[in-house]
Amino acid sequence: MTVQRESGRFGIFGGRYVPETLIPALDELEAAFDTAMEDVAFRTELDRLLADYVGRPSPLSEAPRYSQLVGARVLLKREDLNHTGAHKINNTVGQALLAMRMGKKRIIAETGAGQHGVATATVCARFGLECVVYMGEEDMRRQALNVYRMRLMGAEVVPVSSGTRTLKDATTEAIRDWVTTVRTSHYIIGSVVGPAPYPRMVRDFQAVIGREARQQVLDRTGRLPKTVVACVGGGSNAIGIFHAFVGDADVELVGVEAAGEGLDTGRHSASLARGTPGVLHGTMSYLLQDAAGQVHPAHSVSAGLDYPGVGPEHAFLKDSGRAMYEAVTDAQALHGFETLAQLEGVIPALESAHAVAWITAQAGRWRSDDPVLLCVSGRGDKDVAQVMEMGILGT
Amino acid sequence: MSATISSEAVGARFAALRAAGRKALVPYVTAGHPDPERSVALLQGLADAGADVIEVGVPFSDPLADGPVIQASSQAALAHGVTFDTVLDLVHRARVAPPVVLFSYLNPLLAAGPDALARAADAGAHGVLVTDLPVGADPERERWFGEGPLAFIRLVAPTTPAARMREIATHGSGFVYLISRLGVTGMRADLPVELPDTVQRLRGVTALPICVGFGVTGPEQARAVARLADGVVVGSAIVRAAGESVDAAVALTRSLRAAIDTV
Repeated sequence: MTVQRESGRFGIFGGRYVPETLIPALDELEAAFDTAMEDVAFRTELDRLLADYVGRPSPLSEAPRYSQLVGARVLLKREDLNHTGAHKINNTVGQALLAMRMGKKRIIAETGAGQHGVATATVCARFGLECVVYMGEEDMRRQALNVYRMRLMGAEVVPVSSGTRTLKDATTEAIRDWVTTVRTSHYIIGSVVGPAPYPRMVRDFQAVIGREARQQVLDRTGRLPKTVVACVGGGSNAIGIFHAFVGDADVELVGVEAAGEGLDTGRHSASLARGTPGVLHGTMSYLLQDAAGQVHPAHSVSAGLDYPGVGPEHAFLKDSGRAMYEAVTDAQALHGFETLAQLEGVIPALESAHAVAWITAQAGRWRSDDPVLLCVSGRGDKDVAQVMEMGILGT
Repeated sequence: MSATISSEAVGARFAALRAAGRKALVPYVTAGHPDPERSVALLQGLADAGADVIEVGVPFSDPLADGPVIQASSQAALAHGVTFDTVLDLVHRARVAPPVVLFSYLNPLLAAGPDALARAADAGAHGVLVTDLPVGADPERERWFGEGPLAFIRLVAPTTPAARMREIATHGSGFVYLISRLGVTGMRADLPVELPDTVQRLRGVTALPICVGFGVTGPEQARAVARLADGVVVGSAIVRAAGESVDAAVALTRSLRAAIDTV
């Protein structure tokens, strides 16, 4: 499935549900993006930065001890080894280059866990762009170290105290800024959400993950993976790794959402599992909402998954049956965090730990030589203090 | 029959004003703010104080086009359990003479179901304005609004190019809502310098009445806007006053009326 460019839709999902003020800017952005992606000079510069600055291609690691536990050949796509420690920078490098092509020198971003905020602050420092990051007060508390990192690199971090004080409200506040400063600012959305062209554009910047991984798995094993697994909040690392495999009908695509304290407790972030179609932040997708259409607060132990919506292309992939979406709880994710650390010496981000936990729970599902591709979307250093505070692990 | 009467009430009101050489005063309130009971009294008070059209906000959890005052009023209304049906009940109970235009985000309207617009018309609403449904965004749902029983008021922004202004005007009815400035709703000290020019450009492409909103704070600004446009929308200033008391909001409305009538 490729998006219909004119409508910016994935089936019935996606679209541009924004105030009129932003329409000309979205038109401009879409035109700039489409032109840039066909411009050899732009592609060359992007590839060079991804190689020399981000450190791509990211490695594909064998995970022998974890594989033994699961009963499959688990291969780790190491987005945690990118500069800034997560996949987020693939997108911010691309969008920053685009902003400069459009002559915009002020960058706005929202952040949940802080990884996208850090990735945005990083490229702004690199290119000399002004950077303003909106972050929920609750997330600033959970991710104090990332707040410091952003400020260290010269970004202004604006606390958001409305609503749930998390990613949802940070995004709303970032959009309010953009409506006000649209003539001079570019808004770098961190996931495959928001109005068109963002879901398609962020996907295309993240698709490098799957392009590399598909070739790496083929080179390593001589076949395609049986299953590709990634965590889903907004869903950018998942779309990034899925995209290259969508046409490979035999490859199973699995997105893992945050079931929080349990799908039946009402305290989770599983928009695909338990949401209904609705409109938030400019796009039509599955959404956690009440019967009156008011958005329901999400919950997850991981700030990066703590979002009541999900990218519209995931909604489409779910309804079309091409991808399957599962959910694991906070407790399972914490177990996944510990498992990968102890068996492989890789501390995954709590977000990525959801994908780990799902694979662990599926032990026995595969043949021992079946390649299972796991996207380690980020590293868990940012989460160590939080997990330590929770006193979960027996130390 | 009732469908036609609902949607035409807004246009009829502007035609009458134009014939009398007067400008429209369009106050905005958030339904259910400060609380449902006072909300009814507020609507009646605004009507008595000389409102020509009343915009009634349907509260939404994530009002991304709104500034702090309307955000807070929406949160207060939601905390009182206000839903779309509550909004219709308030409109129905208030039974005000001026046409009522619902001001909403798309999601609560979608959640209210396919008969939402018919129910709104039955409750006494005459128009609807959807802040996050720009022209061309969703033809199917735009048809739902455009072919329904309510006038479908569309918005034009300072960033809207002339060709698109024409398209917007063609797809709307009742009046055109011109957003005076970049940004969210809320009170500002001055009017944007390019406003007269924007109004002129819009006049060149539509015969619909033009109302200007976003950032109109008090009588002086209202008078200045009334000189340019057919109507003045005042939102945050009214909502802030309503947060103090219904009387304060009514008094502000009277002073706005007086200011506009000197134009």
